[in-house]
Amino acid sequence: MAHNWEILAPELILVGWAAAIILADLFWGRIGKEPLGWFAALGAFIAGGVSLLWVDDNIDFNGLIDINDYTTLFRVFFCGTAGFACIASARYVKQKLLHPGEYYGLILLATVGANGMAAAGELLTAYISLELLSFSLYVLTGYSKFDLRSNEAGLKYNLLGAFSSAILLYGIAMMYGVTGTTDYSEISAQLSGNIQDIEPAMLLGLALIISGIGFKVAAVPFHMYTPDAYEGAPLPITALISALSKSAGIALFLKLFVQGFLPIVDDWKYFVAGIAVITMAVGNLVALQQTNIKRLLAYSSIGQVGYLLVGIAALDVGKPDAASAIVLHMVGYVFTNLAAFVAIIVYYNWTGREEIGEFKGLAERAPFLALCLTIALFSLSGMPLFAGFATKFILFQAAANNDLLWLAGIASFFSFVSLYYYLVVIREMYLGEPDEKTRFPTPWFEYGALTILIAGVFFVGLYPRPLFDVVDTSTDSIFPPVASSNVQDVAPQP
Amino acid sequence: MEYVLLALLVVPIGCAIVFTLIPSHYSQLTRYVALAGGVAMLVLSLVVFFAYEYESGSGLRYELQWTWLEDVGFLQKDGITFFLAVDGIAAPLVLLNGIVILAAVLVSWNIQHRPKDFFVLLFLLVSGVYGVFISEDLFFFFFWYEVAVLPMYLLIAVWGASSNFGTFTRTKEYGAMKLTMMLVAGSVLIFVGIFAIFHEAGAGTFDMTVLREIKYDEDFQKWCYPLFMVGFGVLAGMWPLHTWSPDGHVAAPTGVSMLHAGVLMKLGAFGILRVGMTLLPEGADYWSPALMTLGVTGALYGAVSALAQNDLKYMVGYSSVSHMGYVLMGLASMNEIGVNGAVLQMFAHGVMTALMFTNVGAIYDQAHLRDMTQFGGLAKKMPRHTAFFAIAGLSSLGLPGLAGFIAEFHIFVGVFRAEYYWAGGLGILAAALTATYILRMLARAYLGPFNERWEEIKEMRIGEQASGALLIAAIIAMGIWPAMFVDRIADSVTNIPGIS
Repeated sequence: MAHNWEILAPELILVGWAAAIILADLFWGRIGKEPLGWFAALGAFIAGGVSLLWVDDNIDFNGLIDINDYTTLFRVFFCGTAGFACIASARYVKQKLLHPGEYYGLILLATVGANGMAAAGELLTAYISLELLSFSLYVLTGYSKFDLRSNEAGLKYNLLGAFSSAILLYGIAMMYGVTGTTDYSEISAQLSGNIQDIEPAMLLGLALIISGIGFKVAAVPFHMYTPDAYEGAPLPITALISALSKSAGIALFLKLFVQGFLPIVDDWKYFVAGIAVITMAVGNLVALQQTNIKRLLAYSSIGQVGYLLVGIAALDVGKPDAASAIVLHMVGYVFTNLAAFVAIIVYYNWTGREEIGEFKGLAERAPFLALCLTIALFSLSGMPLFAGFATKFILFQAAANNDLLWLAGIASFFSFVSLYYYLVVIREMYLGEPDEKTRFPTPWFEYGALTILIAGVFFVGLYPRPLFDVVDTSTDSIFPPVASSNVQDVAPQP
Repeated sequence: MEYVLLALLVVPIGCAIVFTLIPSHYSQLTRYVALAGGVAMLVLSLVVFFAYEYESGSGLRYELQWTWLEDVGFLQKDGITFFLAVDGIAAPLVLLNGIVILAAVLVSWNIQHRPKDFFVLLFLLVSGVYGVFISEDLFFFFFWYEVAVLPMYLLIAVWGASSNFGTFTRTKEYGAMKLTMMLVAGSVLIFVGIFAIFHEAGAGTFDMTVLREIKYDEDFQKWCYPLFMVGFGVLAGMWPLHTWSPDGHVAAPTGVSMLHAGVLMKLGAFGILRVGMTLLPEGADYWSPALMTLGVTGALYGAVSALAQNDLKYMVGYSSVSHMGYVLMGLASMNEIGVNGAVLQMFAHGVMTALMFTNVGAIYDQAHLRDMTQFGGLAKKMPRHTAFFAIAGLSSLGLPGLAGFIAEFHIFVGVFRAEYYWAGGLGILAAALTATYILRMLARAYLGPFNERWEEIKEMRIGEQASGALLIAAIIAMGIWPAMFVDRIADSVTNIPGIS
């Protein structure tokens, strides 16, 4: 059977590129560790560019994957994220890690997995993609071979991850048992029918799937691995987990729940809303006590997932506005978070420090870094001029519009709480007296990456229209048409 | 004319960008650019104020509407627009901001520690304030509101000063963090209120001119209005949520205190009026006794607290709480003259409190001390400084011929007309207490026998004198020719639904 292989070109490029990097490292040792990172970044950017060639709906491989605007958006986005992670890694890898070829190869393979999660049109493809992403990250987390924390983190992440994968798989099996299919749209069609007599199994499957994906996006109470994995992993990998793994999880969550489970929205709406509340609460409240910048960002990223889940809870039949708000917020969040991490990585490369108290006086020693980090942290807390304000506003308003005003209120409250711990970091940078007065420069590649990311933060914050238009089109493409008569059957009970 | 409004935002933001491009060792150049920016903003503000045609019917002037987001997500046509306009209420407040920023730049002339970063943040703050006054879109209203809060933390924590009370210390970090957290906590309520209004209106737009036309359900108004009243009330220094104000203002450097007490606190009262009372008139009516009670309590509590302070800056800080209490009383009276008075008081308090902070800053710079009992007879060495402080104080206690009298008179008439006799009586008592603490301060620090310890003290710097003269000109102008203000304000106040 002839398949339309060309729609997989970005993934094929990534896989080929990964192989080329591993081989280059093996047989051409002269290339050096840093150029290898830039070369990997180039591959990611090329793959992202190539994915722009398919912007129309294109289903092949019997519906296992569909390449539509949604997939394209996420492909570009994931490839870009991976590219920035590679650039940020270059110096770090040179100074601290062995075997750069495999390192960059695994980052590119993780990207393939992430792409697959956004493209998948049925549960098993999604599951395999998710495993590809996860396994790459397990290895990368433990990559710092002689660092005990890294080993511990890798093991912990691996064990808990395997456990959660099993849960997810069991959920998929349950869903298959209920509906007789793994295809999203067929699941949806089945669930729209009469499912009274099999409801317990359906609910169990749903709960297991939410738990499994909840682990990947680090929603409470499935978040336990996050702080340790973040703290132990090499810094650029922490950035990659917080950006790529999280957003791929959300991409899968959103697509599956929109295309597959929307007819039973009443069964999961308040479940997800509850998870969102405890995720925001735990993430933001525990972050208040952190003294390590990586753990702080780990908990803050848990809080951010809470906001995204607010959006998921606000999904409803025929209302794609919450979906586009989620994606918009996620793009803004990833820009911001990457900017924060790049700044921290540069600082770490110079000083080897990662305690919040050790950031004191950064504004004296490296004003540009301090400014970038300040902007990123203000953006994360939802201050205006930056991405966080506009995207949070739109996200929470979307929740309020779908009768979840209370949830939007809670989200706003925790967003306020988060300002405190970001301000603590900013206080250290601007008020603390540095131990040493020597200035240190930001290397050119990192300087460029930071400038682009910060420009992105401002762009999303000040003029989100082009991005919002793109996001809106892309989420429309996964939303099932409203006109079907099934909509009436599943209207919320009074 | 509409581009003048745009320029009000472009000038401060443009200046902030220019500052970042000036290398940090050219600090004198930074100061001159800041001065030029300040003068430009004052001129633009004067143009807006005087060109405002109040006789040609009420409504918005100089509308400028650019689409920002539309037809995406839940937004419909003109979902979020960059919508600038002024009405008669905003025009005097725009002028106030123009006056105070120029004065603040003059006072901040001798900032030595990283002047470039200071002016970047200060101008960002000013752009936020202008933005709130001239935005007619709820999204941008809130956007600029937060922009005005954003730079405060660093401005206070980096350039501020801690106060040592002997037994305990109020650090500048404490003041900065308290101020920021309390204001942002207030924003959460506003945030929720905006979500609720947008959803309830169901018009798919944040355009306030559209939202104003919609009749909201009465029950909805009753629960939604307090969100705005309390949320904006925090910034307006509403008792008992005022505690950030004395601590924050005292910790802040002089120029920032002037802007914050002089203009930023008005954003709170302006928000209650522009969003709360205008969109939700029935809610405002229902809650007006509560607002009146809180306003009176604030006025009295602030005055009594000011009476107990020996620290000059804390005295001024508490007097701000007291005067903002009058503003809230005027708003709560819900009649034309009272609300007029509230807006007049915003202007009057803005200029006179800025003047007071200028004076306190001038003395602190030289003496490194603000305890009024340690001074005495300073008038001998600093005659102009004393005169300036006296004018600010006399305006504050409501001496006829100065700005404060006009404003307070309007407010009290409004309050009595609304039949809150008890509130009016207590408000007048607070005014009497104001006279007590102002005269006490003048007697302790400036009059009486000269304290030899201060033999070295000199008259305030030329920049501070210029700043003082500018503010005094505004105080006197309003005191002797209030019609200039009242005409503009009354024109728009009558437009607000629910105002009798």
